[in-house]
Amino acid sequence: MEPHWLVRPRTIRLLWIAFIAILAATVAAQFVVDMHPHFGVDGLFGFNAWYGFGTCALMIVGAKALGLLIKRPDTYYDAEEDGNGHG
Amino acid sequence: MDTANVFHPGLILIVGALVAAPLRGNLRQAATLLFPLFALFAVWQLPDGAAWHLRYLDYELAPLAADKLSRLFAAIFTLMAFGGALFALGQKNRVEVPAALLYAGSAVGVALAGDLVTVFVFWELMAIGSTLVVWSAGTPLAWRASVRYLAVHLFGGVLLMAGIAGHVADTGSVAFARMALDSPAHWLILAGFLVNAGAPPLSAWLPDAYPEASWSGTVFLSAFTTKTAVYVLLRGFPGTELLIWIGVFMIFYGIVYALLENDMRRILAYSIVNQVGFMVVGIGIGTEMALNGAAAHAFTHIIYKALLLMSAGAVLYRTGRRKCTDLGGLFQSMPLTAVCGIIGALSISSFPLTSGFISKSMVAQAAADQHLLAVWMLLAAASAGVFLHAGIKFPWFVFFQKDSGLRPAEPPKNMQAAMLFFSALCIGLGVYPDPLYAMLPFPVDYAPYTGAHVVAQLQLLLFSGLAFFVMLNFLKRTLTITLDVDWFYRIAGARLVAAVGGLISRTLESVSAALARRSGALHATLLRQHGPEGTLARTWPTGSMAIWVVVLLLAYLVLYYLY
Repeated sequence: MEPHWLVRPRTIRLLWIAFIAILAATVAAQFVVDMHPHFGVDGLFGFNAWYGFGTCALMIVGAKALGLLIKRPDTYYDAEEDGNGHG
Repeated sequence: MDTANVFHPGLILIVGALVAAPLRGNLRQAATLLFPLFALFAVWQLPDGAAWHLRYLDYELAPLAADKLSRLFAAIFTLMAFGGALFALGQKNRVEVPAALLYAGSAVGVALAGDLVTVFVFWELMAIGSTLVVWSAGTPLAWRASVRYLAVHLFGGVLLMAGIAGHVADTGSVAFARMALDSPAHWLILAGFLVNAGAPPLSAWLPDAYPEASWSGTVFLSAFTTKTAVYVLLRGFPGTELLIWIGVFMIFYGIVYALLENDMRRILAYSIVNQVGFMVVGIGIGTEMALNGAAAHAFTHIIYKALLLMSAGAVLYRTGRRKCTDLGGLFQSMPLTAVCGIIGALSISSFPLTSGFISKSMVAQAAADQHLLAVWMLLAAASAGVFLHAGIKFPWFVFFQKDSGLRPAEPPKNMQAAMLFFSALCIGLGVYPDPLYAMLPFPVDYAPYTGAHVVAQLQLLLFSGLAFFVMLNFLKRTLTITLDVDWFYRIAGARLVAAVGGLISRTLESVSAALARRSGALHATLLRQHGPEGTLARTWPTGSMAIWVVVLLLAYLVLYYLY
């Protein structure tokens, strides 16, 4: 069966191209829009672009690291609470 | 009781709950829809100031009082009750929707309370209504979660009660007005409020309990408890700087835990804590712009969060599945649900032309106006993080991701109607925010749609999206949960109780063994003295009685003679 048009590799490649074009456009828009920065640091070129990407990458890595410590199988509480005989 | 001639919108909902509970079929459905509409109408009729007065134990209570702030919250709570009831028309459980109306009515009651006693009464009613909503899902998991949920909220209620009692003792007044953190009583009141807001250290009650409710129950739950807490913080503690940092913690707690989560509705539950964090930061900043932003964000948040949970609820209703690892590819057979979910996801991410854009940005603007660079930077990172953990993650893993092979149909028409209604509100407020701005407590001097703001927000969000897809391997869903503070009362507490209980029962055993030995000996002595053959219980012959009487009389005679 033919997969849905939205999930065909061709469509996905086109979506990536369009996405990257839009990303470039939002940064390029800074040349025509006055960003009137408030603090200084937000006046750096493409501040919101690299800051958004960077902080998100940081949050993903941070969450992953925290997950190593406190992730448990999703049956954890069932087993523990049954083991304690509470219900 | 002296009352102006107005209805109490909260009591209308509570009466609606009692009327709807015994009804069945169409009558019941009509009641659950009409009472919220009537209540919404009544909100519009409220005059400014206290409409009802009541004397109770020497205190002047104002059980019904209104101003712009309380009217804003009462309006969104009743609107939410209507939307939720529309979504839940097909709910088979007979307790859930009446309980939700009781819950909504109590939330409205808090919003329209002019004094702290009334706040407390409705606060506790809210805990009962919401516990019933969780419990009515009818599963063992929901039962356990509802008990934990109730325990946390009763604890919060105790803090609040103690604080109110202290406040009344200090000031002699029960009026609900702005408070400063200058006495233990006010700290207790703040703590009681923060428990319901989902603030640390007890945030875990929210993602623990809400996702265990039914497909429609979670929709109701997302709206009232935390936003009522936002309302009372707005009225009681505006400009309390501590709240900025509590809010920042909530924001990043929500993001990190949601990133690790596999259950679609628990992802959205964590993001409630995250979004309430933005409001709490706004309350902490405390300028008119910030307070307007917090109030506006509570209003838009209720709508888009309910919309997100409706779309998740529709998926759960049709598939019975909650885990991202079991879902995926549903856009093919549930396109309308997917589109509505995406509209909710864009709104929570504050995409331009959605309701989140015109509300959340006021908080960031307030931080900039106050030159709070660190707070502003954290809020910007958090905005990107919201898109990451909820804006893309929820629709991607539920509706796209991989083909799970599931081809569920769209949900029934009433559920579609509720989703379309709330989607329209999300877009409508995003495109035309003026009616909402006119309802805010302070005059609004803010234009969300400037070129700079739109470009900055698009950069922030789209590059956050890039990070999501570039790092997708790091975000692969696994069959895991993440430990939280609730571990302490679910596991550590249970183990402690088991250990202490074991200790106590062992001690009791040895004590009772010792007692048994002692009492055995005691018993033998008693038997010897008082038993059938015992010295003191023997039947004595009459002759020995006579002898003893003679002895006594002789002794008496001797004593009499001697003295």
